[in-house]
Amino acid sequence: MSSLIVRAATRLMVALLLMFSIYMLLRGHNEPGGGFIGGLIGASGFVLYAMAHGSAEARTALRIDPLDIAMSGLGIALFAGVASLFDGDAFFTGQWMFLGATETEKGLPLSTVLIFDVGVYLVVLGSILAMVLALEEEV
Amino acid sequence: MTPQEFFDWSLHASFIMVMVAVALGFIRLIKGPSLADRVVALDLMTVLIVAFCGLYALLSEVQAFLDVAIVLALIGFLATVAFARFIERKIIRAQDTKLAQSLMDEPPAEEPKP
Repeated sequence: MSSLIVRAATRLMVALLLMFSIYMLLRGHNEPGGGFIGGLIGASGFVLYAMAHGSAEARTALRIDPLDIAMSGLGIALFAGVASLFDGDAFFTGQWMFLGATETEKGLPLSTVLIFDVGVYLVVLGSILAMVLALEEEV
Repeated sequence: MTPQEFFDWSLHASFIMVMVAVALGFIRLIKGPSLADRVVALDLMTVLIVAFCGLYALLSEVQAFLDVAIVLALIGFLATVAFARFIERKIIRAQDTKLAQSLMDEPPAEEPKP
């Protein structure tokens, strides 16, 4: 389906969907959102691209094989779990770091929870895209 | 009528109107003679639910409902494109099977006798 309207609209929508997926990923700890929903939104952006331009183009736009993305996400999530080992805590205990924290200011809170969420994001993005692109190419 | 009263009144009136529109769209979804009618009805209902989320965000003053509305509006476009593709493929397939059927039904051309 190579209609001009779909291709022109897709150019805007894909950028919007990918930006929104990153936004959903980063706000996930304290508000609704997180790695899973972010990954789904990002995957639907690439699915839209595959529908408008064909799945071969979508694979080129991804640059990396979707299954490789999923596997690296699994590795990142595992690393987030193992990271608590260095402090002698139990497996998957959240480790926090407050960048630029002073006596009164909290600073920028960074944690292994976010790293785990990034891992979940990549796993969802990769596996959904692997399934959808395989289905697209079969027909 | 104070501004707050007017706001509440119009909020509830718009809830009623959106719900009536969803019900009408649902009737079209059930009755719709062709698949294209059903797809358009489904798209209409998606847009109405986006409006409902916006209204509910105003009523409950929870910002998260606006994010729901954004995601639904983005995914609704994807759903409509996917349905359009499905219809297109269905037509192509029907033509293909019709062609195959007509080829099968046709008696094989007789070879010219020398």
